[in-house]
Amino acid sequence: MGVPELLTSLRELYPPQRLLTTPAQVTPFESDALTAFRARPEAVVLAETQQEVIDTVSLCHREEVPFVARGSGTSLSGGSLPVEGGIVIALNRLNKVIRLDPEQRIAVVEPGVINNHVTRAAAPHGLYYAPDPSSQSVCTIGGNLAFNSGGAHCLKHGMTSNHVLGIRAVLPDGEVVELGGESTEPVGPDWTGMFCGSEGLFGIALEITLRLVPVAETTCTVLAAYDSLQAAGEAVGQIVASGLLPVAMEIMDALAIEAAEASVKPNYPKGVPVLLIVELEGERKVVDTDAARLREVIDASGATEVNVTEQAEERALIWKGRKSAFSAVGWLAPDYIVQDGVVPRSRLGEALGEIDRMSTEAGIRVANVFHAGDGNLHPLILFDGREQDALHDAEELAAEILRLCVRLGGSITGEHGVGIEKRSYLPLMFAEDDMALMRRVRSAVDPGELANRGKMLEPTHAPEPDTGAEDEGPGTSPSAVPSAGAPT
Amino acid sequence: MSVAAGSVEALQAAVRQGPRVLPHGAGTKPALCTPPDDAVALDVSGLSGILEYDPAELTCTALAGTPVAEVSAALAEHGQYLPFDPPLSEAGATLGGVVAAGASGPNAFRHGGVRDFIIGVRFIDGTGRLVSGGGKVVKNAAGFDLAKLMIGSLGRLGVLVQLSFKVFPRPEATTTLRVDLGSTEAALETMAALGLGPIDLDALDFEPPGRLLLRLGGAKETLTARADRLGSLLGAPAERLDDEADVQEWRQAAELSWASTGGTLVKVGLTARRIPGLEAALAQSGARTRYSLGGNLGWLAWPGDRDIAELDGALRSLELAGVALTGSPGRVLLGRIGGGAFATRVRAALDPHARFLEV
Repeated sequence: MGVPELLTSLRELYPPQRLLTTPAQVTPFESDALTAFRARPEAVVLAETQQEVIDTVSLCHREEVPFVARGSGTSLSGGSLPVEGGIVIALNRLNKVIRLDPEQRIAVVEPGVINNHVTRAAAPHGLYYAPDPSSQSVCTIGGNLAFNSGGAHCLKHGMTSNHVLGIRAVLPDGEVVELGGESTEPVGPDWTGMFCGSEGLFGIALEITLRLVPVAETTCTVLAAYDSLQAAGEAVGQIVASGLLPVAMEIMDALAIEAAEASVKPNYPKGVPVLLIVELEGERKVVDTDAARLREVIDASGATEVNVTEQAEERALIWKGRKSAFSAVGWLAPDYIVQDGVVPRSRLGEALGEIDRMSTEAGIRVANVFHAGDGNLHPLILFDGREQDALHDAEELAAEILRLCVRLGGSITGEHGVGIEKRSYLPLMFAEDDMALMRRVRSAVDPGELANRGKMLEPTHAPEPDTGAEDEGPGTSPSAVPSAGAPT
Repeated sequence: MSVAAGSVEALQAAVRQGPRVLPHGAGTKPALCTPPDDAVALDVSGLSGILEYDPAELTCTALAGTPVAEVSAALAEHGQYLPFDPPLSEAGATLGGVVAAGASGPNAFRHGGVRDFIIGVRFIDGTGRLVSGGGKVVKNAAGFDLAKLMIGSLGRLGVLVQLSFKVFPRPEATTTLRVDLGSTEAALETMAALGLGPIDLDALDFEPPGRLLLRLGGAKETLTARADRLGSLLGAPAERLDDEADVQEWRQAAELSWASTGGTLVKVGLTARRIPGLEAALAQSGARTRYSLGGNLGWLAWPGDRDIAELDGALRSLELAGVALTGSPGRVLLGRIGGGAFATRVRAALDPHARFLEV
């Protein structure tokens, strides 16, 4: 029982080019977009069929070897960080859109399908897949499902779990289950909803039924400049109070705007301290009426400059700037940490003021770009990992921001998931009985804690792998500093 | 036997003591809340009241026994609503009952069902512990989504104590078009076409054999132009219902008054593509049907004098799932039952001593 026996069996299952075991082969899989952590897997299998995934999981169960499923490795919470002594099941080759049914507005896909590719397949029918994490051009549906990914348009459209109707999944012992179906109104407990966002702890989704939505007849994007974050935050409150329901409301501060301009040149208004992006979509008649109302609210809110566009190219450029903001801060500092805590919308101003104070006090620059409509912050904590203690100080500041979010009645994560990064902060949000229940559920589904061990919940079954702090060997530790990783 | 518990502690004690318990709110869905002989009804209607509602947050937290109508009235004062249009709210349905039944009303077509709006839950698990899942903010990816799990849990995975929801601005005005397209085929074809846009409908219901009911919501000044445009896409002259007629039409739909025939009201989850098969299977049964949410939700009034096992078999052979809301208690889940080993294991964790009824 163990890794050698598992490898022997895997050699029968996979041709050599799809079973990676040498250091040169497995090194690229040591980290995901949370590059502060890395761990070396014993092997990586490149699965091509659902049956191969099922067989691999069954073998891992038989040999009691932990496994981690991985798509494109864009997790910002370390969701696909390998487990020391375990294997990685790479799912990118399970990339078929199995079925697209425009009349029922559903797509059935494999987990390795890239988020954008669902929309690409649906586009000829006037449909698209709504959840739009910033990494949507590379991240996979399997990863989106496991971490209940969000995006800029959650305000109206919701998160990934609101768009997953059915899942065929392999549980951590190899048993295959069917959850949900094709209807938006399932019957019986919402097992599908429970599986979404479980961070890989319940097994691997093999086949996913997604809800598609019609492309709006028209979309109107408004860029409004403000003198302060507080003024922009108040404008968001006034828009909500006006009864409008935008699809997205985003705020970028001067540092984030500067970064975006330096990288993708989105042509934002020049020299403004804060930018608010508001988007409306729907029938032309409705958008025309709502846009006029929105304009009134924004004009009365102290905006210093307002640009409005319904041009697809201009709109694409605005969003390119916004969605590249994470990686763009690489222009400003060699390294950064990004958090995605949530606060109640009406406490945004307070939260931003506090973050500004903490940042000044710590002498660490923080760029802010966030989903204002959802109260979902994205403080980008900038540092230079070559400086002594810089990573540690940045992590301290990040932790303080998370505590602030919980104190204000919010969440430690809006869309990146807990992963390994925020695991120790989960108990800030939940009482011991809540945590105990989550652990009970986890161990009922996966008594051996084989599936994505150590993510979201502290491992109880097996000791934590070496931290690598004492030696130079690979380990699950912040042994490398974060760099401007893939955006989310 | 029934135990009325006005406090959370009393409910916890009842769960710990046993025998098996089945939560009971206002009793609008008797098939789901009438316990068998060896179980006790836990009356949670005493746990009532809105705990937090800040219109600027677009969120609302209330105790599970709060009548939906009370919440809707509080939201309406600020021009907001529960977009999943909870059914049977005039009959007295409670928030907890709506969540446990997993039922959305016809106007959920626009923005999604109850599963799309729940954001947090507090409930008593089978060990008697008071536990929480989710939170009170609109976006949250921390921990297992126990709030979603409670949708459709039928009082069999926990006793709901407190619920948090997202809410949305309510449409300023509404209007309805009613059109008879003559056949199921024509109605379904039109329904599929409308589902692809461009008009955003608040509700899209189908009454066999050929009638569609379509509702538009939004700024008052846009409605006539939008209704005219919608009418031009229907292929048959439509009747327009405004003001009281519009409100009345959808009130009756949400109250399912057409189905109060003394039989069993059954919710069926499906897609429009499955409607002809279901209609054919039910043709001889005398069951009445109506479909909501563009065909994703079927409501079926099963005649009181026919064995429900017959319907169970029909749904099973169609690989569809249904849940009985009214009628005699007993078997409530009908047809195909999903979840498999995942369901068994999660249930075992939530209810290790089998204090709740089986799903």
